[in-house]
Amino acid sequence: MIRSITQQKPIEEIEQLLEGTGRVFIIGCGTCVTLTQTGGMAQVEAMKNLLSEKGKVVTGMTVVPVACDNLTADILKEFQGPLKQADAILIMTCAFGVQTIARQLQRFVVPALNTMCIGKETGAGEFNEVCKQCGTCIIGETGGICPVTACHKGLVNGPCGGTNEGKCEIDSNKDCAWTMIYNRLKDLDRIDAMRKYQKPRNHLGEPSPGKFRIPA
Amino acid sequence: MNAKTPSKLEKIMAAGHFGVTSECGPPRGSDPDVIRKKGELLKGYVDAVNVTDNQTSVVRTSSLAACIHLKLIGLEPVLQMVTRDRNRIALQSDILGAASFDIHNMLCLSGDHQSFGDNPQGQNVHDLDSMQLIQTVRKMRDEGKFLGGDEIKRPPKMFVGAAENPFADPFEIRAIRLGKKVEAGAEFIQTQCIYNLDKFEEWVRQARDRGLTEKVFIMAGITPLKSVGMAKYMKNRVPGMDVPDDVVKRMADTPKEKQAEEGVKICIETIQRLKECKGVSGFHIMAIEWEEKVPDIVKEAGLYPRPQVD
Repeated sequence: MIRSITQQKPIEEIEQLLEGTGRVFIIGCGTCVTLTQTGGMAQVEAMKNLLSEKGKVVTGMTVVPVACDNLTADILKEFQGPLKQADAILIMTCAFGVQTIARQLQRFVVPALNTMCIGKETGAGEFNEVCKQCGTCIIGETGGICPVTACHKGLVNGPCGGTNEGKCEIDSNKDCAWTMIYNRLKDLDRIDAMRKYQKPRNHLGEPSPGKFRIPA
Repeated sequence: MNAKTPSKLEKIMAAGHFGVTSECGPPRGSDPDVIRKKGELLKGYVDAVNVTDNQTSVVRTSSLAACIHLKLIGLEPVLQMVTRDRNRIALQSDILGAASFDIHNMLCLSGDHQSFGDNPQGQNVHDLDSMQLIQTVRKMRDEGKFLGGDEIKRPPKMFVGAAENPFADPFEIRAIRLGKKVEAGAEFIQTQCIYNLDKFEEWVRQARDRGLTEKVFIMAGITPLKSVGMAKYMKNRVPGMDVPDDVVKRMADTPKEKQAEEGVKICIETIQRLKECKGVSGFHIMAIEWEEKVPDIVKEAGLYPRPQVD
């Protein structure tokens, strides 16, 4: 399943965003941020304690099942009182959750996390970005591995000169996308695919911000 | 191969002579004398001078401006362009700008990652990659058309080059990638610095077997080592660089005050040996902040005087 990968903002930034507010309600999410341990119950409770130490009054807290779902507003009705008392709602979900709640409640929201990428858990506690949503998918010719996402330069016509024993020159913890593609294509006996010239990408495919309507 | 552009570098190699290029890194400031001084050191000893484009992602005077300074003092510049910092609109616009000053050589690169430089938090562009930049400038020159298809009045006349690293792994990819660059329109290749001659010759042999050396001028990259420290740094810290142990040992076994001289000696031996390697058309001598050594290297390697072409 794809996941929204998040990281907590530095506490100084959160404090600055909450400046001028005394009472705070905290919302976490039971889906992606619980998996990444950035906005599950344990992190929400830790945030409550931290803010209390810093002199804020935490009027309440909850972990909704799926923050980005339309039902979140209904679930939050249960907390109407403590929500009303709060000057700010600190949201420990990805940006999708923050935007959903901001739209539904029409209240002052503060994100506690930065949303890094759309990724997948590839090992215990390890997450990797899987797709940049570029709108012009070429993985049919790269052995199912996306160079737009997996290469630091997003190169679509083969590796740069900095591939280093299968690792990327900028980060020895990251595999060189083009070495992976080469190995995969070799296994599949489709190495000829590497000879194909990939044209400049059509960024007009879906200009940002993306919008889609099912054709009538 | 016949010359297709007014480039002196192209004419020299097309006539069957070894081409010789060197490199000039623009300053981290706006003093044009720095560029002119480097240029004067190289004058008469090389056919063209590459001007780097914010190399290692550190902000410097722009490659195009430095190329113009060199052109004005009578040198032939090679405009290096990376795809890291500009989108396809800016790249095409700068190609026209260069052409308006009759700059006739260009080297298409993707560029070092910005995290190595002085603005590591910056965004890279890579709207085009080096392969697509090669094809773009060839289309502009040969068809007289922009990437978007519109006609260019007075199209650029660029001799189009690309870089290759024969030593990056997996080794089997390298010849495929060279083939792809030639197919995209690269007419000359300047390689990564060569210290492992056996591996380099094997790469040239593969290129020859694929008929690529009939289609592209390969210029062997040469960088004199100044010290054993530099040799170790290149070996251990520069990704994709192949410095064999015996080269490091040779430098280490030389007394400190003689190491620079030994480095130049290695470099001259490398050129001598590669002159015999079929498929090598020239030498790209990158004496990093050591431009004053280039004339000696060119002379002692038997590449002086430089041939005259019209």
